[in-house]
Amino acid sequence: MSKSPNILVPALGGTALVLGVAYGLSSREHGDTEIELLQDRVEQVLVQADDARAQAATEVATANALKAEIEDVRATAALQVASGGSLTQPAPRLVESLGLGREAHQEEIAAWDVDVLPDGRGLPPGKGDVYTGEEVFATYCAACHGDFAEGVDNWPVLAGGFDTLADKDPVKTVGSYWPYLSTVWDYVHRSMPFGGAQTLTDDEVYAIVAYILYSNDLVDDDFELSHENFMDVEMHNADGFVVEGRDTEEYPIWRDEPCMSDCKDSVDITMRASVLDVTPETEEEGEDDAALELPQETPSTTTVQEAPVIKTAAVATPDPELAAAGKKVFRKCQSCHAVGEGAKHKTGPVLNNVLGSQIASVDGFKYSNALTEAGAAGGTWDAETLAAFLENPKKYLKGTKMAFAGLKRKEDQEAVAAYLATFLGNPG
Amino acid sequence: MDDINLSSSRRAFLRGSVALAGATAAGGAAASQPDPLITELQDWASITGEGVDETPYGLPIEFESDVIRRNVPWLTADPISSINFTPIHALDGTITPQGCAFERHHSGAIELRKEDYRLMINGLVDTPLVFTYEDIERFPRENHVYFCECAANTGMEWAGAQLNGVQFTHGMIHNMEYTGVPLRLLLKEAGLDRAGDLSDKWVYVEGADASSNGRSIPMEKALDDVIVAFKANGEALRKEHGYPVRLVVPGWEGNMWVKWLRRIEVTDMAVESREETSKYTDVLEDGTARKWTWVMDAKSVITSPSPQSPIPHGPGPLVISGLAWSGHGKITRVDVSKDGGMNWETARLGKQGDSKALTRFYLDTEWDGEEMLLQARAMDETGYVQPTKDALREVRGENSVYHNNCIQTWFVNKDGEAENVEVS
Ligand code: HEC
Ligand code: HEC
Repeated sequence: MSKSPNILVPALGGTALVLGVAYGLSSREHGDTEIELLQDRVEQVLVQADDARAQAATEVATANALKAEIEDVRATAALQVASGGSLTQPAPRLVESLGLGREAHQEEIAAWDVDVLPDGRGLPPGKGDVYTGEEVFATYCAACHGDFAEGVDNWPVLAGGFDTLADKDPVKTVGSYWPYLSTVWDYVHRSMPFGGAQTLTDDEVYAIVAYILYSNDLVDDDFELSHENFMDVEMHNADGFVVEGRDTEEYPIWRDEPCMSDCKDSVDITMRASVLDVTPETEEEGEDDAALELPQETPSTTTVQEAPVIKTAAVATPDPELAAAGKKVFRKCQSCHAVGEGAKHKTGPVLNNVLGSQIASVDGFKYSNALTEAGAAGGTWDAETLAAFLENPKKYLKGTKMAFAGLKRKEDQEAVAAYLATFLGNPG
Repeated sequence: MDDINLSSSRRAFLRGSVALAGATAAGGAAASQPDPLITELQDWASITGEGVDETPYGLPIEFESDVIRRNVPWLTADPISSINFTPIHALDGTITPQGCAFERHHSGAIELRKEDYRLMINGLVDTPLVFTYEDIERFPRENHVYFCECAANTGMEWAGAQLNGVQFTHGMIHNMEYTGVPLRLLLKEAGLDRAGDLSDKWVYVEGADASSNGRSIPMEKALDDVIVAFKANGEALRKEHGYPVRLVVPGWEGNMWVKWLRRIEVTDMAVESREETSKYTDVLEDGTARKWTWVMDAKSVITSPSPQSPIPHGPGPLVISGLAWSGHGKITRVDVSKDGGMNWETARLGKQGDSKALTRFYLDTEWDGEEMLLQARAMDETGYVQPTKDALREVRGENSVYHNNCIQTWFVNKDGEAENVEVS
C-alpha cells in the first residue's frame, strides 16, 4: 500500500470506474454521456433544500474534478488508440511524488556521472602528451588496435581512412569520421581498454587521446592535450553530419499507392548469395564431413596423456566444483586471455600451464619489463602469488601491463586458480 | 558446445530430409501401406513419460535443437563484443522466446543481482535520486508488446545478397511483451521543474556493463512511450537481455534499448557518445552522414519458405509466412509477390497488428511446383510503403551500414529450396 492513497488519481472508487469505462471504450461519446449524467445529478441536487447546499457544492467540485479527469483520460485514450494497443490501462498520472527512492549523494553522482559533453563540460582537470600517450597506448591498446592505431586483424581501426567516406567501403576512424573530440575522451575513459574498462587515470586518458590525434595527423608530436586546450582541437569531420533526412527525402516519395500487377517488364536475378558464400555452416552438410571430424580428437588425447607430471605437483588436484565456479570467474579474463587446446595469445598471454611455472615464461608473448624481471628473479606462480597478483595486479607488481581492476573476493581468486589448474598439461 | 550443436543440427537436417522424401512419395494421395506409426503400438503410448519433478524449468524438446541463435564469426574480432541472430525461420506467431532472441553486447552479458542493482536519475532534475530494484516495482506499471530491431539488421545486404538465411539477413530482431514503469513516471518523481522548457532537453541513458553503452534520447520521446522494463514475456529479463532492468524505446533502434540500465541523466544537449557518432550514423553517397536516425522504418520479410526453411512438400497447398513491423506505428497491409515484384497479392495479417510490434502475415496459396521469386512489401499506418533495394540505394548510396529496410527476394527452385538473391 502506498503511503497516501490519494496520490494516485483514480483512487476514488467512482472516479476509477468512470475512468476505466472511458478508457475501455476509448470513446468520446461515452465520456460526454457520463458528463451529462453527472451534470444532471448536480442540477437535481441544486434545487433541493438549503441544508443540502453545502453538500451540493462539494458535488459540483467533484463533478468538475471528474470532468477534468475525463478530459485527461480521453487525451490518453486517444493517444493509446493512435499509438496502438497497450495490454494494460495506462498507468495513472502522478499528481505528486510517490516518495520512492532516496536522494543521491554527491559522491555517487561524481562516481557515475562521468560523461563528457561536446562543449567540454564534464572533463576533469588533467593533461598528457603524445610521447606518454604512445607508451601508454603500446601497453594497453596496441594488442588490439595496433601500434599506430591502425587496427590488428578484425579489431577496430582508430586512425587513417581520410577521404574514404564517399567510397563504397568507408574507413570510419577517429580521424576520418568522429565529429567531436569529447567522444574520444569519454569513450576511452569509460569503455577501454576492452576487458579493463575504467582502470586508466585521467592523465593517461589525456595522453592516449593526444596520441590518437597524432596518429591521425591532427596534432604535432610535441603536442600536449589538457582540459584547457581541449576545445581548440579541430576534428577533420566536424561538419560531416546532418540531422536525420528521411522525413523530407524519403517518406514523401514512398507513400504512393503501390503497383499490384504488371509492375515491370521483366525480372532477372542480378546477384546470388551462394556466389559469395559467406554464410556460417549450419545445416547443409553431408554425413562424410561428420565422419571426418572424429580422427582429429585422437592426437589431442595423446598429448594430454603425455603431459609432464611435474607441473601438477605445485597444485593439488583441483576440486571440480571450485573449478566450475572458476570457469565463471574466468569470463572476466577471457577478453584478454585464452586457455585450452589451440589457445592463442590475446592482449594477455595464454594461461594453460601457468600454475607452477615461472612468471612471464610463455613463449611468443611480449611481457612488460616488470613481469619479465619478476620471472628472471625466480618468481613462480602458485596459489599464493597468483591470488595476490589477481587481487590488485598493479599494486602487486608495479609496471605490469595487465589493465585489470582486480578480483576482490578470496573465493573468486581461489576458484579461478582451480579452473586454471585444469589446463595444466595443455599444449601451447 | 558449438560442435555439439552443429552436429546435432546436422542430424536434425538429415532427419528432416528423410521425412521430406517420405512426404513427397506419399504426395498427399492415398498411402499404399498402412502406417506402422498408427497400426503398431508405440512406446510412448504404452510406457510412461517424465514426472513433474523432472524439469523445474524447461528448454525446448531436443528435436528442436536446431532452433537456436547463431552468430557469424567473421563479422567481429571477439564474440564478447558481437551479435547473434534470432532463428526467425523456425518461429511462428509474433512473440520471440527470450532464450533464442538475438543478443548484441559491447562488453559481454553481465550478471547483476537485483540486490546489487541501482538506478540513478541525475542532471537537470529537482532532486537527483537513487532507486533500488524494489523501488522500481512500486511504481505503477504497464504491459506492452514491442519489437526491438538492431539498426544493423539486414546491413550486410547493402553490398548485395550475401548471407543465405533469413536468420542472418533479418534475425537481429525480437518481439516481446514487456512489463515495466513508464520512464515519465520516474522522471516526474525526480522532478523536471529545474529542466525548464522541456522541448530542447534530452535524457542520456547508460548501462552498468563494462561498455557503459550510453545514448541520448530527446525528452519528447522519453515522456512518451519509453519504458523501464523488468519482465519480458511474463518472466524476469534474461541475463543477455539486461537483467534485472532494461530500457524499452518503442519503434527506435535497438542500441538505444540500454540493458542493465544504471543511469538516466537529464541534459540540455545530446552527449554525442561513441554509439551516436562513430556508430549508428548513416554515411550517404557523398560522404556526409545522417545522425539521429532513430526510427526503424516499415519492413517485412518472408520467413518461410526461405533458405533455412525450404518447402518440405511437393506442389499443392503452401503457406507463405512472414513478419512485418514499423517503428512508426501499425502495419496496415502486406503484399506478397511470387514473381520478383511483377505481380502482388495481399496477404492475410495473422492478427491486426499492434503498434511498433511484429505482425505475422500469411499468404495461403497453391504452389504449382515451378520456380518462384518471393518478395514481401509492408505498408504502415502513415501510408509508407517498404522500398526496393534500388530505391533505397538511389537515395542513400551503398556506403551505409544501418537502416536497410529493403524488400528481400528469395529464389525458390523446383525442389522447394530457397536462396537469397537480388533481382532487377
Ligand atoms: C582486447 C582488445 C582491445 C584492447 C586491448 C583495447 N580495445 Fe579499444 N576496442 C576493442 C573493441 C572490441 C572495440 C569495439 C567495442 C564495441 O563493439 O562496442 C573497441 C573500440 C575502441 C574505440 C572505438 C572505435 C570506433 O571506431 O568506434 C576506441 C577509440 C578504442 N577502442 C580505443 C582504445 C584504447 C585507447 C585502448 C587502450 C587504452 C583500447 N581501445 C584497448 C578492443 C580493444
Ligand atoms: C585487460 C586485459 C586483461 C584482463 C582482463 C586480464 N588480464 Fe591477465 N594479463 C594481461 C596482460 C597484458 C598480461 C601481461 C602482463 C605484463 O606483461 O605485465 C597478463 C598477465 C597475466 C598473468 C601472468 C602470466 C604469465 O605468463 O606470467 C596471469 C596469471 C594472468 N594475467 C591472469 C589473469 C586472470 C586470472 C584474469 C581474470 C581474473 C586476468 N588475467 C585478466 C591482460 C589481462
